[in-house]
Amino acid sequence: MRGATRVNLSKGKGDRLFGVVVVLGALAYANAALNLQVGFLTDPVGSKTFPLLVAGVCLICGLVMVLKPDPDPKFPSGATWGLMAVAVLTLVAYAYMLKPLGFLLPTTVAAAILSYLIEPRAKFAALAGIGLSIGLFVLFRFVLGLGLVGLPRGL
Amino acid sequence: MDILSNLALGFSIALSPWTLMLAVIGCFIGTIVGALPGLGPSNGVALLIPITFSMGLDATAALVLLTSVYYGAMYGGRISSILLNIPGDEPAMMTTLDGYPMARAGRAGDALVISGVASFVGALFATIALALVAPMLARVAYLFGPAEYFALYLLAFSTLGGIASKNQAKAALASAIGLGIAMIGLDNSSGFPRFTGGNLHLADGVDFLVAIVGLFAVSEVFVFIESHGKGSAIGVKLDRVTIPWRDIWVTRWTMLRSSVLGFIAGVLPGAGASLGSFLTYMMEKSIAGPKGGFGTGVVKGVAAPEAGNNSAAGGALVPMLTLGVPGSGTTAVLLAVLMTLNITPGPTLFANRPDVVWGLIASLLIANFVLLLMNVPLVKIFVKVLSVPANLLLPGVMMVSFVGIYSLTGSYFDLLLMVAFGVMGWLFRKLDIPTVPVILGILLGNAMENNLRQAMTLSNGEWQYLFSSGISITLWSAAVLGFVAPLFLRRIIKRPATPMEAMGEHEGTPPPKQRTD
Repeated sequence: MRGATRVNLSKGKGDRLFGVVVVLGALAYANAALNLQVGFLTDPVGSKTFPLLVAGVCLICGLVMVLKPDPDPKFPSGATWGLMAVAVLTLVAYAYMLKPLGFLLPTTVAAAILSYLIEPRAKFAALAGIGLSIGLFVLFRFVLGLGLVGLPRGL
Repeated sequence: MDILSNLALGFSIALSPWTLMLAVIGCFIGTIVGALPGLGPSNGVALLIPITFSMGLDATAALVLLTSVYYGAMYGGRISSILLNIPGDEPAMMTTLDGYPMARAGRAGDALVISGVASFVGALFATIALALVAPMLARVAYLFGPAEYFALYLLAFSTLGGIASKNQAKAALASAIGLGIAMIGLDNSSGFPRFTGGNLHLADGVDFLVAIVGLFAVSEVFVFIESHGKGSAIGVKLDRVTIPWRDIWVTRWTMLRSSVLGFIAGVLPGAGASLGSFLTYMMEKSIAGPKGGFGTGVVKGVAAPEAGNNSAAGGALVPMLTLGVPGSGTTAVLLAVLMTLNITPGPTLFANRPDVVWGLIASLLIANFVLLLMNVPLVKIFVKVLSVPANLLLPGVMMVSFVGIYSLTGSYFDLLLMVAFGVMGWLFRKLDIPTVPVILGILLGNAMENNLRQAMTLSNGEWQYLFSSGISITLWSAAVLGFVAPLFLRRIIKRPATPMEAMGEHEGTPPPKQRTD
């Protein structure tokens, strides 16, 4: 179908790269499956067979992606990669902070950063952060009755 | 008549003020979720599941709320298709083809009303058909043993990948990744941990709700950061909405035909609503012929896909309830709801928990009428929702995801996992790898393995046992066919123009005047 484009190795880089990752992942998974601890009483299939089958399917699919990649999608530019990395870091930090710092403070900051990343309007982002944090807290705590902690315990 | 007494039971549950209120709230939220571009039925339901459970609703109440959201989102998807030329969700894509040209021609109100009525006809037909067909299929399902179930799961994966995606390898990969993730955790027959890397957080396995919310909701935020919120939130105003009785009458057969075809497409495991709307649009287009003017803004082109996708949405509930195999992405999410509620779908569900099944069916019938009211006379409320800017909406979606998962599991580790699934969802979408099979794999992985092991234990390790009954041979053949046939069909059937291409055809004409004041 897309035979003509396949000669050029630089085309379909995304698929090729991902295919390689999948192949390596499948091999690692199969290796882990082979080293699984098995009990004394086991059924004819055992704990290893199904994971090995799954790894096999992954391996084949990964190889197909390496050999017959689809044309590349439009990947984001360098700056956008940076924005997305900031987003991931924000979310990871948010996940760690939610318990020690309570709902309101981390949510305000995280929501404001995300809003700013989607559209860089600082004032709007700050207001969105504050509004979402208070609005959602009221909604979850008082309307839906979830046990959220608003502020750090020390306060 | 069994059905009538069963329905009476259902209505006695669904007509309580509490359930009724939940249905109305669900319909309202659902329509909003469906209308918002970037949030579809699967994201909407996914977002609400953890919250619903944290609220401690009982099984019937939770199901009523979430299926109302599901039906509501199916209705709502058309709103942004018609007004913005952006499908609110994937099944509503075909509605853009004629809905948007109608809106450009100043008939946005008519298009919304006709598609609303078509949605109602489709969904009502499907709900009635569900009530008739599901108990019959449930009786057939009693004949299924472990070998048959194993083949059935395989069929679901192969059709979901085969029909719904463009690249078989990627679809199969997505299923395998999901199955691989499902293996993480304690092996339920040997009791030893598998693939946990010694991490205690993983001993219970990966919670499918974490995966669902991550893949469907969190990934959306990355998509919007990448696009800088473009393609959403254009201020749309609708002048006035009148009911075009003549147009509705003209499309009566289109709606009925599409409902039937859509329902069948929905019942097929793995096919779902997107296929329903695609098939019905193509059917009506070929019936009308070149004179029908499909693609230029004709009422039948709006009615067919909407009746089709709403009917398919109901149809997709049939295999989910009777066999535990979802027919679409959203029913996969609904299956997750059932599993979290400790309700095992399948033939025994109809025998042991008639209150759940018939309460659900009755509340779907009620939800339909509520939705017709919301989506025809009150449609203007939902049009306003489209003007919520992305840089408020998406952070909100993210925070709701976090609160939902956190209040359900109380673990920062699950939140991190959810973010990881979000990144994965974005990457998969970029590479055109479908994410629904991943969810299906995580949901069904353990059941699939258990059925394989049980089958092999029954047969003392004879592999031929897997192909020993008529049902399993049929299922295996269908699975192979479902996976292989699209490879060839794809060359023959050309997909119709996507919204973007369709827009390109009209480049010569001035942009639509949507702000009427």
